Amino acid sequence: MAEVIHPEEILEEIEASALLTKVMEKKKDGYRLSQICAAYIDEKYELSYSFADDETYQYVTYRLVIDTDVEIPSITEIIPQALFYENEMKELFGVKIKMISLDYENRLYRIRQEAPLGPKKAEKAE
Amino acid sequence: MAKRSVIPYGPQHPVLPEPIHLDLVVEDEKVVEAIPSIGFIHRGLESLVDKRDFNQMTYVAERTCGICSFQHGMGYCEAVEHIFGIEIPERAKFLRTIWAELGRMHSHLLWLGLLADGFGFENLFYQCWRIREKILDMQEMTSGGRLIFSVNTVGGVIKDIPADMLRTILSTIDDVEAELKVVQRTFLDDYTVQSRLKGVGVLTKEQAHDLGCAGPFGRASGINTDMRKLGYAAYPHIDFEPIISNDGDSYARCECRIGELFQSMDILRQAIAKIPNETDLATPVKGNPNGEYFMRVEQPRGEAIYYVKANGKPYVERFRIRTPTFANLPGLCEMLKNTELADIGLLVLTIDPCISCTER
Amino acid sequence: MANIKRSPWLLHYDGSSCNGCDIEVLACLTPIYDAERFGVMNTGDPMQADILLITGGINAQNQPTVKQLYEQMPRPKVVVAVGVCACTGGVFKECYNILGGADTTIPVDIYVPGCAARPQAIIDGIVKAVDLFQKRLEEHYEKKRGQGGNEVSANG
Repeated sequence: MAEVIHPEEILEEIEASALLTKVMEKKKDGYRLSQICAAYIDEKYELSYSFADDETYQYVTYRLVIDTDVEIPSITEIIPQALFYENEMKELFGVKIKMISLDYENRLYRIRQEAPLGPKKAEKAE
Repeated sequence: MAKRSVIPYGPQHPVLPEPIHLDLVVEDEKVVEAIPSIGFIHRGLESLVDKRDFNQMTYVAERTCGICSFQHGMGYCEAVEHIFGIEIPERAKFLRTIWAELGRMHSHLLWLGLLADGFGFENLFYQCWRIREKILDMQEMTSGGRLIFSVNTVGGVIKDIPADMLRTILSTIDDVEAELKVVQRTFLDDYTVQSRLKGVGVLTKEQAHDLGCAGPFGRASGINTDMRKLGYAAYPHIDFEPIISNDGDSYARCECRIGELFQSMDILRQAIAKIPNETDLATPVKGNPNGEYFMRVEQPRGEAIYYVKANGKPYVERFRIRTPTFANLPGLCEMLKNTELADIGLLVLTIDPCISCTER
Repeated sequence: MANIKRSPWLLHYDGSSCNGCDIEVLACLTPIYDAERFGVMNTGDPMQADILLITGGINAQNQPTVKQLYEQMPRPKVVVAVGVCACTGGVFKECYNILGGADTTIPVDIYVPGCAARPQAIIDGIVKAVDLFQKRLEEHYEKKRGQGGNEVSANG
């Protein structure tokens, strides 16, 4: 019987203004950015920033719930590899992110439709 | 300073079976920077949650990628089962493990073949693919499909592997092991292979960690992590250690994946020895899922994350797959810096890119 | 006919396939299934290719690439759509970024069904494509002779 590591997963809701400090903390603790995921639920964006520790398999997710017009800062200054996730959120959901280190300007996937997974309004306007 | 120029690479390229485009900034023959542009296979699979209910989504999830198809289906099902809070039958867990490991073996053999093709060793390529066909035959025998076999369902599996088939699997992996040993010797000891792989595309442990590399690509750089340790499916009953290497070059990646092939065979033997006799294969699910879960699964290419958020309706609200290649892209761009232009094709292969996973 | 016959070249392009059909196409070219025994050779160069195997549906970004590949191929040419996604769009038909099967962008001659298409079916498609290619080649020469050697465009 092998040892099973199953730490409890942490999900914490935070304010948009606390994002950068939290990310900085996690980076200092030696966590790796595991994923960033966006969802458009009840006319709000839910952004999940997940961090994983490679040794303890601890999984920490920070959840931001923001209105669609709120602009959030990019974390690429702290974690450069986040750029693909952020570009994806921006393109598919229309999340407003400022200062991405390499901004593809909605040309990462080069889809024709604007923010297909985001607010339905954008679809009608097209 | 040498003159800088930009060379487009891909999307249609002889080395790559799949389209990816890189803009390579080169100084003479040296690559200074690589900027990927993806989206040639972007289908928008995640948007199908509006049109398919949570049971039907299993089949969509499986078609994210044809290589690790089973594992995608399993990851999605495990996530939904977690939300339901149900325990699936023990035998179904073992069956999932068996299919998952068969899938890992065929994926790694496929990669080894493509790598051999990448450095121009045609015979080795054909040998790997010949061995791989035996694994595909196993998959076909047990499920009816060679690559995409849709045996997962929320709550368990829909097909059983009878005892005689399990015995056939055991005898086949014995054959495969003997043949793999020959292939392994060529990959690891051959001078021509070493000259193409050793010291090429080095990624240190610190870089790999900072860039969030996953799977064998990260493990080749010394990151000791394997999501199977989280104990989904029947992995709690199985003894194994992640295979890591510390060199971080292309040779180490090759070594890691060959090691994992042998490890998979070991896991298969353990799983077949311990599989319980049960007739129940799936726990029936009632109602609709309500909740959210991040499921982490170790795919052939590394850690894949399935996020499912449901609100008690048959159609889940959000389904997101973060595939290992998506996490490995930053690592790839970093690794390509300061390499020779002629090595690019080979180096792109060493992360085992699965573009259709990446773009979904 | 005085001309020496040649074996057609095979070009494979992955549209927006899930990879399943791609690796089956590749498996067809390896010794177990060995499609080369029917007189085709795999190539990566569209400029010399005669038969295009296309897998997966067409999306917004790869549409110009597919069009360009098709235009780069010399006449006569044959297009084989491999797998249900290349035929109709398949399971992804309703996705926002899928325009449909390969025939939304280029003319397709032979449809190979399956998800993923089995090697046997792909080989069947290749054999049909080789026959069609030889037929078109003859027609092409015929037309050329009829018009006194002026360049003509054969169908497809």
